Amino acid sequence: MENLTELLVELIRRASTDLPSDVEGALRAARDREDPGSAAASTLTVILENVALARAHSRPICQDTGTPIFYVRFPAGMSIRELQAQMEAAIAEATRRAYLRPNAVDSITGRNSGNNLGIGFPTFYWEEGEDEILDVALLLKGGGSENVSAQYSLPDESLHAGRDLEGVRRVVLAAVQKAQGEGCAPGFLGICIGGDRGTGYSWAKKQLLRPLDDVNPVPELAALEERLLRECNELGIGPMGFGGKTTILGVKIGAAHRLPASFFVTVAYMCWACRRARMTVRGGEVTYS
Amino acid sequence: MAIYYLSTPISEDDIRALHVGDTVYLSGVIVTGRDAAHKYMVETFIRAAEVPEGERPLYEELKRLLKGSAIYHCGPVVRQREDGRWEFVAAGPTTSIREEPYQADVIAHFGLRGVIGKGGMGARTLRACQEYGAAYLHAVGGAATLIADTVKEVLAVYKKDEFGVPEAFWVIRVENLPLVVTMDSHGRSIHEEVRTVSEENLRRLL
Repeated sequence: MENLTELLVELIRRASTDLPSDVEGALRAARDREDPGSAAASTLTVILENVALARAHSRPICQDTGTPIFYVRFPAGMSIRELQAQMEAAIAEATRRAYLRPNAVDSITGRNSGNNLGIGFPTFYWEEGEDEILDVALLLKGGGSENVSAQYSLPDESLHAGRDLEGVRRVVLAAVQKAQGEGCAPGFLGICIGGDRGTGYSWAKKQLLRPLDDVNPVPELAALEERLLRECNELGIGPMGFGGKTTILGVKIGAAHRLPASFFVTVAYMCWACRRARMTVRGGEVTYS
Repeated sequence: MAIYYLSTPISEDDIRALHVGDTVYLSGVIVTGRDAAHKYMVETFIRAAEVPEGERPLYEELKRLLKGSAIYHCGPVVRQREDGRWEFVAAGPTTSIREEPYQADVIAHFGLRGVIGKGGMGARTLRACQEYGAAYLHAVGGAATLIADTVKEVLAVYKKDEFGVPEAFWVIRVENLPLVVTMDSHGRSIHEEVRTVSEENLRRLL
């Protein structure tokens, strides 16, 4: 098969050094909403200056270039083994070019592998498509926001959260309040209702790939996304936790089937630097978005 | 909310003049240190009965560098130039609360005036700031390229091979690093105040 390594390095460079236009637009709108002269407004101004600088100089927006998570839809017959080898080579090369920080640490010895490759690192999700298109989406998920992500098992007595959408609303608000500014607010929430403890997190993270202006096809979830976005911003945590009107910039919810015994709500918190990029290869032609 | 331009070494008077909400532009020599560095400093220098022979040169160097200066919770992206010198490519703050078990001891032992990071720290660190005359200075999380541009020179690096690039002690000279005082030497913490307000808001929303 064709060697896509250099094209994949370019995908990684784009993900690390630029923000999707909807994310940057949401940050700009937030800055304009905050009171002029407030710590919230000046923080958002610094953030936007930083994004412009990173883009202009092709340098990482944030030094924590995160866990690279690849979502791959591949045509039938393509070798996943070869594709994975190329993606790993691209990760190592992007690290060498300082688009990525060496981020893979051996959990036993504490040694950093130096090239972002290691056991279960990076993360890959594979899905065979029905057409001849290779589609690679990349999410760079930073550690600060990963650390404040949370999973609740409903019912949760302390929050009076039962096994329904009202219960979901309660635990999500509690998770955001608990996170304060530590996940680099204003953040984005990917939420999974249901699944098991493992799929809960992977589905929740996958929601973060959705563009901010899409509308959830499930009306109840669309309404809950809208309400949670409004209410999270009434918490008053603000950018970096300095106080302010902007705590969360986007809420995306998905639901997965669950066991009768379990009702998990998983909240994947993403920092303001919601770094996602996509590469599509169609008949030898490559596009990035 | 005032604006201050401070240079290392920072005096106690300069720190006592700062209040939460003030902006500080910091210049001078500071040192990065995060999880592995804090654990190492406390276990090898502060709580050890005796500093091992091989670790003494670094101990002396850190004592000299940190007195009156600041430690920066940061794991940078770096690049080595062809002449062998290092430069910072991206260098935003990391979450500080992980250093809470160590920070107060490090402030007291090394005479730190500033702790730079993000997310704020807890009660023990706040008390150490009051007692020894130090402040917690919040950098904008994720503003990594902008902050890297304020790093004018990398003077030295210690423990790079042992701890890895993000966790090493990087000795850097900064110019006008933009910071907000969120914990001052008078016992105030923006983080505690926002937590309290947001708790009340949460109760109302539930």
